[in-house]
Amino acid sequence: MQDIFPQRIKMIQGVTIFFAFLFLINLFYIQLIDTKYKIKAKDNAIKELIEYPSRGLIYDRNNKLIVHNTNQFEIMVTNAEVDANLDTNQLCKDLSITPDYFLESMKKARKASRYRPYVFLKYVDDSNYQRFQEHIFKYKGFFGQTRFVREYPYANGALLFGDVGEIDSSQIKEYADTYTYLSGDYIGKNGIEVYYEDLLRGQRGIRTVVVDALNRVKGSYANGESDKEPTAGKNLQASIDIDLQTLGEELLTNKRGSIIAIEPSSGEILALCNGPTYDPNLLTGGSRNKYYPKLLLNKNKPLYNRAIQGLYPPGSTFKAPSALVALQMGAINPNFAYYCPGYYPIGKKSLKCSHRHAPCRNIEEGLTQSCNPYFCQVFRGSIEVSNSKRFQKDYDRWYKNICRFGYRRKLGIDLKNEKRGNVPDTAYYNRIYKNQWRATTVISLGIGQGEILATPLQMANSYCVIANKGYYITPHVIKGIEANGKFKPNTAKKIKVNVPIDKLYFDRVTDGLEMVVQAGTARASKIEGIALCGKTGTAQNPHGEDHSIFVGFAPKVNPKIVIACIVENGGGGGGLAAPIVSLMAERYLKDSLPPASLNKYSSIKNRHLINFQIDE
Amino acid sequence: MAKSPSIFNKLDWPLLMTFLILMLIGLITIYAAGYNPEHPKIYDLSQTYGKQLIWIGICLILGFIIINMSSKVFSIFAYAYYGIMLLLLVVVLFIAKEVNGAKAWIDLGFFRLQPSEFAKFTTCLALAYYISELETNLAYTKKLMMALGIIIIPFILILAQHDMGSALVFLSFAFLLNRFGMSDYIIFTGFFVIIISILSLLLSPVYLILSMIILVIIIAFFNRKSKDLDKYIIAGVAITSFVAVYSISIDLVMDKLDKHQKDRINVLVGKGGNDWNVRQSKIALGAGQFSGKGFLKGTQSKMNFLPAKETDFIFCTIGEEWGFLGCGLVISLYVFLMMRILYLSEKHSSKFSKVYGYAIVCVLMMHFIINIGMTIGLVPVIGIPLPALSYGGSSLLSFSVMIFAFIRMDSERWIYTD
Repeated sequence: MQDIFPQRIKMIQGVTIFFAFLFLINLFYIQLIDTKYKIKAKDNAIKELIEYPSRGLIYDRNNKLIVHNTNQFEIMVTNAEVDANLDTNQLCKDLSITPDYFLESMKKARKASRYRPYVFLKYVDDSNYQRFQEHIFKYKGFFGQTRFVREYPYANGALLFGDVGEIDSSQIKEYADTYTYLSGDYIGKNGIEVYYEDLLRGQRGIRTVVVDALNRVKGSYANGESDKEPTAGKNLQASIDIDLQTLGEELLTNKRGSIIAIEPSSGEILALCNGPTYDPNLLTGGSRNKYYPKLLLNKNKPLYNRAIQGLYPPGSTFKAPSALVALQMGAINPNFAYYCPGYYPIGKKSLKCSHRHAPCRNIEEGLTQSCNPYFCQVFRGSIEVSNSKRFQKDYDRWYKNICRFGYRRKLGIDLKNEKRGNVPDTAYYNRIYKNQWRATTVISLGIGQGEILATPLQMANSYCVIANKGYYITPHVIKGIEANGKFKPNTAKKIKVNVPIDKLYFDRVTDGLEMVVQAGTARASKIEGIALCGKTGTAQNPHGEDHSIFVGFAPKVNPKIVIACIVENGGGGGGLAAPIVSLMAERYLKDSLPPASLNKYSSIKNRHLINFQIDE
Repeated sequence: MAKSPSIFNKLDWPLLMTFLILMLIGLITIYAAGYNPEHPKIYDLSQTYGKQLIWIGICLILGFIIINMSSKVFSIFAYAYYGIMLLLLVVVLFIAKEVNGAKAWIDLGFFRLQPSEFAKFTTCLALAYYISELETNLAYTKKLMMALGIIIIPFILILAQHDMGSALVFLSFAFLLNRFGMSDYIIFTGFFVIIISILSLLLSPVYLILSMIILVIIIAFFNRKSKDLDKYIIAGVAITSFVAVYSISIDLVMDKLDKHQKDRINVLVGKGGNDWNVRQSKIALGAGQFSGKGFLKGTQSKMNFLPAKETDFIFCTIGEEWGFLGCGLVISLYVFLMMRILYLSEKHSSKFSKVYGYAIVCVLMMHFIINIGMTIGLVPVIGIPLPALSYGGSSLLSFSVMIFAFIRMDSERWIYTD
């Protein structure tokens, strides 16, 4: 290499030294001469404000607003910015807090972080918040933030709507794939609120603002470039008829039990009531922490959603599905007659009939009388159709057919923690009886007793199959989901399940169910001008009085509503459950209760089987 | 034969100490900028300062190894290093995840490797090797083109990563090429283009073209009796048309740029835009005044006013906590570092070491100018670290290897007698 330009080193030296001086001169100006920056440095502070989205609203099937939001406020503190000369007395007075609370909360805030805002005080109401805002210039480092809190104007449907509370760490993990929750965020805890959390929640927004030395917001940071508007949650339309829901809860006053009403043609749940229940407004905002433990510990278990979790033997209400299966399997024909001697012999023992009655000449009379020996024989016929030696194979067929009605499976309702109930299979009986069992061993299944357990939802659903004459639609509580300002049908739950049984058999069984109300065990629950069809049931309860059950639908032609009701320790099915169902059906089909029914309404409402109250 | 003196007696201690002091200032400043009262220990590995401490340790060990190795490992394999780095730059385009808009990092799990940082070093080696092996110098166009090629390939690959800052560093090699033969005119043309660029950002192309035409007419008028008048006019028209095309295309390019890039350029030429970073940076510097607020007393640079307070805007923390004195000291240390390397290079008789020394000064100078320039608001905000000071493993490692390699080469000065 010929190195002929050694003097050119001056070029790079020159440029370097030029810039070094340029920088020094500029720094001299910025740091020593221009006072503009010095002042700014003292005054500026920047804050990230979280903007919470408004949670989706819920309407009922008649577009009445049943769940909405109200404002509450939170006071935040950023420890590093708090003035040493803060007027704590004034602050405590404005926020109505004690000095002890102030010290405690500040200690927690200091522990959490020096520079990030920390929730100093939750659930601040309007008047306190206004006072605080008036004096905000005195409270450097403090600022307020809006939170939305749920409100339930009808004060019912507690377990149906569920509640909203602060997220816990297990839920943060559970939802990590779909949304980043921060501790302190609100999240659905139960019912619709949790099942539709992803739709109701919306997206949080962030606003970064610059505040001055007096703690006043001066404007958005970086022209709002990094700001994100919150997105409101989606509104939902429930299939619930809120007036029917209200009636159901009133009827269950001071009773343990459940009522569930379904529109059979669509699977839409019209009412889902539990007793005892509580005002869902107790579990909103700040009062949640106070009342939740009380409800949890109450001996009547008000947090237990009996409609989808309570497991009861369906009792005599099971006779209708059982008869339909027997008819379809060819075990009996609709004119199967049986003379009831008052008992059904099982080896040396016998199973009693509930009452003396004339012989049953066909399936209608069997249902009307709710004759136990009749249905034991029907069940025995089903599992010994071909040959009494090969009854296990027939039992399997019976088991498959009966489960088609929705027993022993989760129906897929849009509420969490649905129970599946039980219908035992052959494997189970082979295990517990060591293969030594026969039709008579399990005969009580024929009348809905024994190992069989079902939720009120499953009982109602099995009668949807009868009302629809051959199918049910997955029962669901949300009918529409907001899209572009309208409700779009919730197609996810519109699943049709067929139950292949001849229409003729449905007609005969329906006739029998009508007779039950006209002349049978529920004859006290006729509805003026409407043909109610249904079946009473009495679930034996080893711990006390029997459970009263009624499942039915109305009107007989083109049924509009299927209702299942169970009242724990309510006695026979005709006593409490049947009149409750008749009142519910009448209310729904006539839009109001006629004066003639009001007596029945108030006598049921005032019948107290338990004494439920939430202590203050 | 006398025992040859220990390697430590042959090291250039002023250079080595300057570099070590800069690293130390960096560590202290990262500690101050990221200071977290819950993690007050500087060796807390969950914090940036703890990690930087580890990196400094690694760099010192590496430096010790390099100093005890022959510098031939750098010169002989110069092209091999260069080739491997080009390969990595291509690979990074395919496998890198986008961070802050740039696809520059390969995630190795424990460490995010940024190949563009090391590309600077290997390009220095490759250039040094190429130029030192030449029989003539870069005044010859063919040779110059080859040298430009060595620079432009990594430049383009890094641009493709959207890493504007690192790409710009490669432009600084123009000074190196000039020193070893490239015509002065090319450098001056470069300056001219930069001035025209700034003017066309400030003014509408119409004014710029009109004033160029008037300028040409005036020059022609004063030289109307010259026999070279036609040449003046031809040159004038050529330059004017270039300016016209260039300024119009700058306008078009500005339309195509991302909003944040446009903002940064507009802020610089005083046309408004989003100048948050620069304003906050100046506020932090201004708060320092003459002697600063003192160690850990800074607030502006700490409370997340500034993005990249530990990396690209680290100079702000120095300004806020140590004031004009601190800034002056850091600037002086950099100037001394660069001047010392230039001085040692010129003294060196090995051509390879001489070109290499020059090359690393080019890199250091560009980082110095862009980084401090943007903190003060003289240069657009371009993400580029301050050598040895900014937080970040790749950058620290790359600069350490660069400097230690030079220190080793310098210690071998006595071997070469030609």
